[in-house]
Amino acid sequence: MGAYAYRAPSSVEEALSTLAAEAAAGNRAQMLAGGTDVMVQMRSIDKGPRTFVDVKHVAEANELCIGTDEVFIGAAIASAVLNESQELKSILPGLIEAADLIGSTQIQGRATIGGNLCNSSPAGDTIPALIACGAVCVIASSGGNREVPTEDFVTGVGTNVLEPTEFLVGFKIPRPKGRTSDAYLRFIPRTEMDIAVCGAGVALTLDDSGVCTAAKVSIGAVAITALVVPDAAAALVGTTVDDAALAAAADASSALAKPITDKRGTVEYRRKVVGVLTKRAAAIARDRALAL
Amino acid sequence: MAEAVDLKAIGTRPVRPDGIEKVTGRAAFGADLHLPNMLHGKVLRSPYAHARIKSVDLTRARAAEGVLAAISGADFPGNASDLGKNVIARDKVLYHGHAVAAVAAKTQLQADVALDLIEVEYEVLEPVMSLDQAMAEGATLVNETQHTNGDTSKPPSNVAATQRFERGDLEAGFAQADVIVEGEYRVPMAHQGYIEPHACTATVNEDGKATVWCCTQGHFDVRSLTAQVLGERVGNIKVIPSEIGGGFGGKTTIYLEPLAVKMSQMTGRPVKMTMSREDVFRATGPTSGTWCKAKIGAKKDGTFTAASAWLAYEAGAFPGAPIGPGCMSVLAPYEVPNLVIEGNDVLVNKPKVCAYRAPGAPQSMHAMECAIDELARKLDMDPIDLRLKNAAGEGTVAPYGPRFPAIGLRECLEAAKVHPNYLAPVPEGGGRGVAVGFWFNIGMQSSAEVRIAEDGMVTVMEGSPDIGGSRASMALMAAETLGVPYDQVKAHVGDTESTGFCNVTGGSRTTFATGMAVIQACEDIIAQCRQRAALTWDLDEEQVDWVDGEAVPKPGVNADVNPLSLANIARGAGRTGGPLLGRASLNAQGAGASFSCNFTDTKVDTETGKVDVLSFTAVQDAGRAIHPSYVEGQMQGGAVQGIGWALNEEYIYDADGVMENAGFLDYRVPVASDMPMIDTEIIEVPNPFHPYGVRGVGETPIVAPLAAVSNAVRDQLGFRIPDLPLSPPRVLEAIDEREG
Ligand SMILES: Cc1cc2nc3c(=O)[nH]c(=O)nc-3n(C[C@H](O)[C@H](O)[C@H](O)COP(=O)(O)OP(=O)(O)OC[C@H]3O[C@@H](n4cnc5c(N)ncnc54)[C@H](O)[C@@H]3O)c2cc1C
Repeated sequence: MGAYAYRAPSSVEEALSTLAAEAAAGNRAQMLAGGTDVMVQMRSIDKGPRTFVDVKHVAEANELCIGTDEVFIGAAIASAVLNESQELKSILPGLIEAADLIGSTQIQGRATIGGNLCNSSPAGDTIPALIACGAVCVIASSGGNREVPTEDFVTGVGTNVLEPTEFLVGFKIPRPKGRTSDAYLRFIPRTEMDIAVCGAGVALTLDDSGVCTAAKVSIGAVAITALVVPDAAAALVGTTVDDAALAAAADASSALAKPITDKRGTVEYRRKVVGVLTKRAAAIARDRALAL
Repeated sequence: MAEAVDLKAIGTRPVRPDGIEKVTGRAAFGADLHLPNMLHGKVLRSPYAHARIKSVDLTRARAAEGVLAAISGADFPGNASDLGKNVIARDKVLYHGHAVAAVAAKTQLQADVALDLIEVEYEVLEPVMSLDQAMAEGATLVNETQHTNGDTSKPPSNVAATQRFERGDLEAGFAQADVIVEGEYRVPMAHQGYIEPHACTATVNEDGKATVWCCTQGHFDVRSLTAQVLGERVGNIKVIPSEIGGGFGGKTTIYLEPLAVKMSQMTGRPVKMTMSREDVFRATGPTSGTWCKAKIGAKKDGTFTAASAWLAYEAGAFPGAPIGPGCMSVLAPYEVPNLVIEGNDVLVNKPKVCAYRAPGAPQSMHAMECAIDELARKLDMDPIDLRLKNAAGEGTVAPYGPRFPAIGLRECLEAAKVHPNYLAPVPEGGGRGVAVGFWFNIGMQSSAEVRIAEDGMVTVMEGSPDIGGSRASMALMAAETLGVPYDQVKAHVGDTESTGFCNVTGGSRTTFATGMAVIQACEDIIAQCRQRAALTWDLDEEQVDWVDGEAVPKPGVNADVNPLSLANIARGAGRTGGPLLGRASLNAQGAGASFSCNFTDTKVDTETGKVDVLSFTAVQDAGRAIHPSYVEGQMQGGAVQGIGWALNEEYIYDADGVMENAGFLDYRVPVASDMPMIDTEIIEVPNPFHPYGVRGVGETPIVAPLAAVSNAVRDQLGFRIPDLPLSPPRVLEAIDEREG
């Protein structure tokens, strides 16, 4: 409990100097995007004094650029804005459906995928989807931008690779080519306003004959960070993503999962259901790719 | 009783008087009061589920900045009642979250800081967290001095009380049966989940008179209970009820009020206290978790020959689980010649239970309605037909004694049977479940006053806090009785000093009993109007009639006069005897039981264990629907609460007795997108004891959904999961076990 300050830098440069100045003064600085995690935490588990540095006014973090080879999504863009982009929805349907799962319409008016990743919860819904589609995090740092693959970003429950004087500017995602698509599914006991018991993101590429040539599978809420499941991807590659391949991918996810038992689900439950989600997400991604 | 065809206002669906205020955010709820110099009160709650309090040291808290009062159980006089001990612990804490001390400070932050400075020394005891543990031989005692039913010749026990109904010869009845079904069913502790947390503000004047503003279902009860805990005179406390954001039975007792009054007494300043959602879950009264055994036998043609029920209900920290209603309800819908029903009220280290919509009935009826479903399968009978075969009707003697007058169970079952949703095929791969619900409803005491303004506007003043649109219903019944338009009537809920005594809004009594008082107060107005008109016309009172809101000479009376409307009479009231003021007070007799039949189609995702509710149909007897939309609203709301309880809601405790899901994220009430439209059909079998035929409708709706959902899941899976909730992990585990 104590004093809060608020800064709203308008550029990466200004944001970095704000973070550096707060650090030098011995103050705690915290980046603020939509605030849909921060405000809840500030009222419950993390009440201490700090300076909020709002990323929503940083120009570079608000850029959305859909190029021929690469998509850039600024870290400050609200989910609601992403959901409204028909183009993004058609090329990265899995990522957008993950963003669209967060909270409700009201929450999505503020919430960002950058905030979802930086909050670094094991259950963050967009994290497996970002990993599956090969997103790379662009981090602003005093020495210039550095890039980190999403799967290497989160280091533990609520922790990540960001230094106190750094922040996330956005994501670079290779633009899906040919028959490439993705899908994300999570399990919750309700239909919305809940936290993932487990989740699975799958991106895959099919050739003209429908054979899978590349795949990436990531699972969430079954370990302290989202996991990449190479064996599940391997089970899909070289197949037409038929039932046998799907079953093998499901088994691979279940085998890699290291869940815990808590009020939201048991070890056995999560292990089994994460396989089910892997299989179902892969089938959706396959059908989407076939339709391209 | 008025004839249905004559009704003009009743049965229409006007906008409720509090509607605009609520949708525009103007309505003032419990926490919306701000007074000058107000202090903020906070409660220190027990971190243990069961412990002896060795000492409470308030010294440092009292010295903290901004703190004006700090209190503990020692500040309350005399031998504490259970209520008093629940408001603030004395020698023992009995559940995690039990209030131990409280402070009042100038700011909330200062109050928070002060709580951390209170030093409490505990001797931690083993928590008693389940019925099995509580009822086991040699169990740790929640209350070392409690003997079952007060019988000190037996050793102390966690079973506070037992209840038993018996009829005929059980063994002989089962011997006559061709088919017998027996099962054990558990239902978890569940919370009402009202959106508005408890809140109150108290201020005590220099003359010692206290005023309390709070959200409650019964401000007269808040007055008497607060007086009792404080050792005060009832007349020294005035209680003003705010608008209420849901109660469902949970706001029929007190938690914060005596603490706020006490600290206001000590400081001479108003003290406001509000609960967090976490406090609401941990420290207010949910309803009992239960363990029920049900057994029922029938002949080949479906005729019930015998049934028995054994019920054990968690009371929480103090006696008072709703075993009475649980026992009354379990077999109430049926003709059963031979029966034994036994109930046990069992202490555990959980919050003291409070009323929750038809308290006790959903749990026991879940058990019996599941057993009856199994019976229908064994007999290869349609589940509605089996129930129709045994349905109670006019003249049936209820298991708890009285003979039913006209009731609408049969009508509900027959309507369900031909409902389009029942005639439609069961969705492919899904299942359908049927269950019956019941609540007896209550009468009790109410008062009402009807005041007529000089322009004929009607003000109804009554004392039943409006938790479900009752002001609209009062206005409709007044409009109907007086023969004036609905727009001419405004209904208000008065505080304890501006209206006559009313019992709590509960037991689905308000539209029935307070409504009856309103009707009688309107009849009082009519009598006065006839008398005033007679005076004006120089006739005898007996020569004047009241027709469609006007005084007219009776047919055959020879008088050349114009009819006098309510407004005419009111305008001239000064000349005929003064203002028009009608009054009535009563202890309402003849509450009518309300029965229901619910059915639902569900589909289980057999790979995740998730149950989707595809459709849900509620058919219920309202006696007479005064405001049909609000009756349907009760039916829909109750269905959703029942479905939530069946599927996901439960108190989850860790090994130390700490509730792990004290928030809406993990205490999963359904969200709107989880639910299909709840289809409703209102049946009207008038209650012969109410002028318009009203029964209560608020509680029955939550009773049948538990078993209806369970029976639907059973229908699809081909085997029974007897315990609730049917949460995904439980369902998947059961499926996996079956498949080996
Ligand atoms: C009602 C409700 C429902 C929710 N439902 C879901 C759900 O279904 N699934 C789900 O995954 N989450 C859910 N959430 C959590 C939350 O909404 C998401 O995690 C959201 O994506 C967070 O984004 P934000 O922009 O609001 O982040 P903020 O709250 O602003 O920030 C979150 C964290 O990230 C840091 N941060 C933010 N931006 C940056 C940046 N650019 N650089 C460095 N650090 C940064 C902040 O300092 C903070 O630690 C829900 C929350 C609520 C209140």
